[in-house]
Amino acid sequence: MPDIAGPVRFRARGFAPRSIPGAAAATLLGVVALWQAGASAGVIPTLFLPPPVSIVRALYQLAISGELWLHLGASLQRLAIGWTLGTVCGIALGFAVGLSSWLRSPGMAVVSALFPIPKIALVPLFIIWFGIGEGSKVATLAFGVFFPTVINTAAGVDAVSRNLVRMGQAFGLSNAAILRKVVLPGALPAILSGFRVTTSIAIILLVAAEMIGAERGIGAFVLQAGNLYDTDNLLAGIVVLSLLGQLVAWVLGRLERALLGWR
Amino acid sequence: MSGSSVRLTISGVGHRYDDLPVLEEIDLVADAGRVLVLIGPSGCGKSTLLGIIGGLIVPTAGTVRMDGQVAEDCLNPLTPVFQDFALLPWRSVAGNVSLVLEGRLPRREREARVAEVLALTGLGDFAGAWPKQLSGGMRQRVGIARALAVRPACLLMDEPLSALDAQTRALLLDEFAELIERAGTTTVYVTHNLNEAVRLGHRIAVLSRRPGRVRAVLEIDRPINGRSAADPSLVAIEQQLWDMIRDDAVLAERERVIA
Repeated sequence: MPDIAGPVRFRARGFAPRSIPGAAAATLLGVVALWQAGASAGVIPTLFLPPPVSIVRALYQLAISGELWLHLGASLQRLAIGWTLGTVCGIALGFAVGLSSWLRSPGMAVVSALFPIPKIALVPLFIIWFGIGEGSKVATLAFGVFFPTVINTAAGVDAVSRNLVRMGQAFGLSNAAILRKVVLPGALPAILSGFRVTTSIAIILLVAAEMIGAERGIGAFVLQAGNLYDTDNLLAGIVVLSLLGQLVAWVLGRLERALLGWR
Repeated sequence: MSGSSVRLTISGVGHRYDDLPVLEEIDLVADAGRVLVLIGPSGCGKSTLLGIIGGLIVPTAGTVRMDGQVAEDCLNPLTPVFQDFALLPWRSVAGNVSLVLEGRLPRREREARVAEVLALTGLGDFAGAWPKQLSGGMRQRVGIARALAVRPACLLMDEPLSALDAQTRALLLDEFAELIERAGTTTVYVTHNLNEAVRLGHRIAVLSRRPGRVRAVLEIDRPINGRSAADPSLVAIEQQLWDMIRDDAVLAERERVIA
């Protein structure tokens, strides 16, 4: 039998990643700085990929001319109406599917059948149904947001401990009180987590719908800039979309912190 | 504190889950202001019987009757205390207790009732704490406070101490005894712990392994507050109970392994 002598070696290193403060911002700034340096040195052709300084300049011009707000306003309005409509309807059906034996199977069958359809393929149909105006764009967004919201909400309702529901029943709470005070708060983490997915889907569909048939909106602006080989404005529009996504994620983060502080 | 005087009569109760018989021909009485303890091996249907008594499970045979007077301030005659506490993690301690009073009492009366039961259960300083911040023992105190807040006529306790460590269990057992005695509430207490059974029970019903039937009923006719685990007469009853359920417990354990 071999002898053992010496201190016990620490063996639990790694597999515990942590965030490094400032690393995210430093990485982004580093990429932008490299990009600018590459463009200034002539390594990156500015016709195809304008430098960050040109994009900032284009953004500034768009802002002071008012064009940016015109397009951004139109996009935000469509986003707000379409996302809200899809979300409200999706949460309602998600709860119905999650709580009702009668609606569970039929509801999930319809959702499963329609969810995989690429929603952008439905835009021409929505234009026929709702016209080339706002109706078709709002419908595209609402339809795209609706299905993931149903799935997330139903999963959230399913995840609520049945024991908590039994507790409510055993204490004589009404069904409405159980729904409002037990099921809804219990499903909220899944619903809010679904919002992160559906807002991203909504922004993608917004741009696609605006590219197909709109005069105003960030999607339409990006398309027009592309047609004119105006890459400064094209990338300025993309930066606006990226900032919009960041803003929405930040708002959702604040919302989660406010509503789910108990976790 | 209770003011209610309710007797529960369980007559010919049986239950099946599909083809699996769980309970058969259960006849028991929980007298007003007394503690009926249900013990038996794992899977004998103790918790199912408690669910039937509480109106949460429909029995496939028999009935449960509740007779007596219910105090005017009683908001929920049959009130449960859960093994896993069943606290809403998104509500504070006070919020969890207040939940069962909302819509039933005006705000001021509700707040006073919450403060009263939190003080009674030693939680006065923890009203604003989240359940996740509390130990298991403290969480179960919240469960007890919530149950007491509705001024129950009958407490239905489903292994309320089984999720706790031994020290906390011993401490809470003493508190349960004092609270139940003081409140004078009819109590049905499910446990697999024989020590808890002899400490708290006025009447102990021993169920056989599945399908659960009443094998024996033992009476301990003395106040529960102040009973000691070291009391020779209680130790003798505990031994008697163990002798009754030991073989069933071994067989039930084997059945669980095979299943």
